[in-house]
Amino acid sequence: MSDLEAAVAAGVLGADEAHRSLLQATVEVARAIFGAKAASVFLLDEEADELVFEAVAGEGEGELLGMRFPAGTGIAGWVLTTRQPLIVDDLSADTRWSRSAAESTGYVPKSMMAVPLLAEERALGVLNVLDRPAESRVKLREVDLLGLFANQAAIALDLLQRARRAREALAGEGRLAPLARVAARLEEGERDTAFELLRALERVLTEQS
Amino acid sequence: MIGAGMSMVELHEFEEEEELPAWSLPADAVDRIRVPVTLPEQVTREWAWGGSTGAGVRVCILDSGVELDHPLVGRVDRSVAVLRDEEGELHVVDDTKGDLCGHGTACAGIVRALAPDVELTSVRVLGAGYTGGGEILLRGLAWAIEQGFQIVNMSLSTTRTKYVERLHELADRAYFRRVLLVASAHNMPVESFPWRFASVISVGSHEEPEPLTFYYNPSPPVEFFGRGLDLDVAWLDGGTLRCTGNSFATPHIAGICALVLGKHADLTPFQLKSVLYQTASNAAGGGA
Repeated sequence: MSDLEAAVAAGVLGADEAHRSLLQATVEVARAIFGAKAASVFLLDEEADELVFEAVAGEGEGELLGMRFPAGTGIAGWVLTTRQPLIVDDLSADTRWSRSAAESTGYVPKSMMAVPLLAEERALGVLNVLDRPAESRVKLREVDLLGLFANQAAIALDLLQRARRAREALAGEGRLAPLARVAARLEEGERDTAFELLRALERVLTEQS
Repeated sequence: MIGAGMSMVELHEFEEEEELPAWSLPADAVDRIRVPVTLPEQVTREWAWGGSTGAGVRVCILDSGVELDHPLVGRVDRSVAVLRDEEGELHVVDDTKGDLCGHGTACAGIVRALAPDVELTSVRVLGAGYTGGGEILLRGLAWAIEQGFQIVNMSLSTTRTKYVERLHELADRAYFRRVLLVASAHNMPVESFPWRFASVISVGSHEEPEPLTFYYNPSPPVEFFGRGLDLDVAWLDGGTLRCTGNSFATPHIAGICALVLGKHADLTPFQLKSVLYQTASNAAGGGA
């Protein structure tokens, strides 16, 4: 999809915020359904090879957003690379993990359900559900349920990323930024003329190719 | 795409090492190809693996590495890693880093618990950064097939369609070379590989606590269900961790396959799949 198409599809203005709300709603529902202390979504930043806290509900809400750590290691990293959901019931036994979690987030969960967020063939991130009630023994049905939430979170995350890419293309030094600035400056009547000019340009380009 | 080109060259060279293909069977050749194992009328668990410890069977754990000297894993005969050099080329090199996240150790421990005398080799293809994972996985799998392991445990999958064709080719190659690929199925609404291929043994989870309980699924693509719920698995620093996931059901089936091959070394992958089918807990041979 081209940047401009993405921009149009995402509606650009305000889309970022709307998609973030959708993602936030997903982790809140996931947290409530599983009766968990927290639920969160990590976004994979492929360029930096890092995972970023993109949405948090419950414990850590407010402090963790935007926090980063290396993508290739740890339980979330493993879930991401294998594309396999993983449920761990005694995280404290994984001393390396709990230490690094404590250092970076100040919150050490005891249990964790982690599932990859997949959109078509891409892995976008990981959905985590932390500290379900101690008495609720995990059942495979829960894993399936988690998979369904992951699907929803993946759609929200995908939309959020598209909206961001579109906004970047239209802002600052982005490739489509001059177009956006011109369009924004024109008066209503001139805008129609400008778009007529663009359509003419498109026709010329089409004929040439 | 240096990695992709290189990998194809390697596969090509690999192919040239093979004998000339035999696409017809002269009458005087029939005696030379008598098959060593015929399955009994009723395959039972006693026939399939009674008395076996998996001795003589070489199992490869294609994962995040395996921790050395873990009490639940025991001896690891060889550890290698697929690493990318500065020019972007992939190499299989001996590795001393152990396990980067704990997962490979968990899989190795499960195989060891079921088949205590197998030889274990670790091929580390995960955990060294996220980018380029697909090429590394393919290279590691190609190496494992080249080495002729009888069983390769793959508690992982890829969703990248650009790798599907080469992965499929490798899975078929493994199948014909009697390298059994045991691969985790994926219970999410997304297509992933290689577990969907008919040439591998694909594994999902059941909820029962008995390690030798496994089921055949009459509605593939997931063909078998192994123990995958609430397991105390080997983890980093000699410890254990209570986990759930298809990743852990897979080495259960790999371990059972190792037991069978420990007793019937000449079984082909398709015979072995038949033995699993007949000794599954929901089949006639599953009780004894």
